Amino acid sequence: MSGVRVLVGTRKGAFILTSDGKRDKWEVSEPLFGGWQFYHLKASPVDPNRIYASQQNDWFGQTMQRSNDGGKTWETVGNKFLYEGVPGTHQWYDGTPHPWEFKRVWHLEPSLTDPDTVYAGVEDAAIFKSTDGGQNWLELSGLRGHNTGSQWAPGAGGLCLHTILLDPKNHSRLYVAISSAGAFRSDDGGKTWKPITRGLHSKYIPDPNAEVGHCVHRIAFHPSKPDTLFMQKHWDVMRSDNAGDLWTKVSGNLVTDFGFVIDVHAHEPETVYIVPIKSDAEHYPLDGKLQVFRSRTGGNEWEPLTKGLPQSNCYVNVLREAMDVDSLDKCGVYFGTTGGQVYLSADAGDSWKTIVHDLPPVISVEVQTL
Amino acid sequence: MVRVELPFHLRKLASLDREVSIDVAGAVTQRAIIDALEARYPMLRGTIRDYSTDKRRPFLRFFACEEDISFLQLDAPLPDAVASGAEPFMIVGALSGG
Repeated sequence: MSGVRVLVGTRKGAFILTSDGKRDKWEVSEPLFGGWQFYHLKASPVDPNRIYASQQNDWFGQTMQRSNDGGKTWETVGNKFLYEGVPGTHQWYDGTPHPWEFKRVWHLEPSLTDPDTVYAGVEDAAIFKSTDGGQNWLELSGLRGHNTGSQWAPGAGGLCLHTILLDPKNHSRLYVAISSAGAFRSDDGGKTWKPITRGLHSKYIPDPNAEVGHCVHRIAFHPSKPDTLFMQKHWDVMRSDNAGDLWTKVSGNLVTDFGFVIDVHAHEPETVYIVPIKSDAEHYPLDGKLQVFRSRTGGNEWEPLTKGLPQSNCYVNVLREAMDVDSLDKCGVYFGTTGGQVYLSADAGDSWKTIVHDLPPVISVEVQTL
Repeated sequence: MVRVELPFHLRKLASLDREVSIDVAGAVTQRAIIDALEARYPMLRGTIRDYSTDKRRPFLRFFACEEDISFLQLDAPLPDAVASGAEPFMIVGALSGG
């Protein structure tokens, strides 16, 4: 392993941070496509120089970028995301039917086996797939066509499909999460989907057995244990040991279990990281202290990690796509904030430092171990 | 040749100077100009008008001959001065402050 490349999406451009394996000294790129929002950038695990990026703004809509040389140069690829058939309606905030309208790409998930295949999670919630390097996109319409689709309603951030997980042991299995429809699993490569929300409880949903309507913020797994899922829900940190068939709450000793990010240590499948946020009404850390919490027991027992993080007057947020890990011997943990900081722990969370502290608000952080 | 002025971000996206001259086949209308622009610069597809509705993006306006022509029919002929290249067809983004 020779180094690390961190792909950072912000409200005003993308940035690439690079370092050698020591992770002491960092180079920060100039803004890429300055002025555009980048919801997500992610590289192919098969070809690390192939990077896909979601570029968007309110004036000019969605465009897509692809690099074949690790981010040195970029080319515009396909941005035609058309829902299959007559789109129909989902539920609006006030409970009325609302037409599905494509707004932006939240998440890109390159295939585990083919650099030209990539999935896109979009708002209004749907999953698209390209098999030609992002030039053309086709909807996997079985998801949106699920018989609950007309009941899906947006969260405050929109009706966004923000998480896509590809099972490395079973290539027919995919997971997605949608705010605030919930979580779904496909066991046939994305043709059909089923809600995986049993065990989730959301106070604002009267029906305790509701299949959809849960505001899932993020799901993560360790590649060696893809049936064990960890979820940061709107409130509640959850865990499933059977591929989402049943969830149990593992918030344990957390003072607040609201938050957005969740991720898993690269070498320890039961070591999990979250960044608790004070509440859904106050999107900043409790008591102005930025704390990552780590559980080495797969949940329930959580320890605050604060060394090197601001412990007073800190009122930033950490958005759902803004945490990732590297796979160096001592696992590196990275996260970005809405205050423009990107933090790194090169010792699995024990201590933290700032790689860069004055970027535009950070939306996404994706790490490549090269 | 029709002259088209693009906003900053679209110029950057297409690696263009402030103004571009394009051939427009047939009647010079908003639709014909954007069709020709997108054909020559495919990276601009979807950035000026929505794919599914063909409507101008809501934060953009079209100007020509010191007039806001955003609300003309897409297929309405544009002024002769635009068709002849004497005046540019301007694509303008809404201002934003903060």
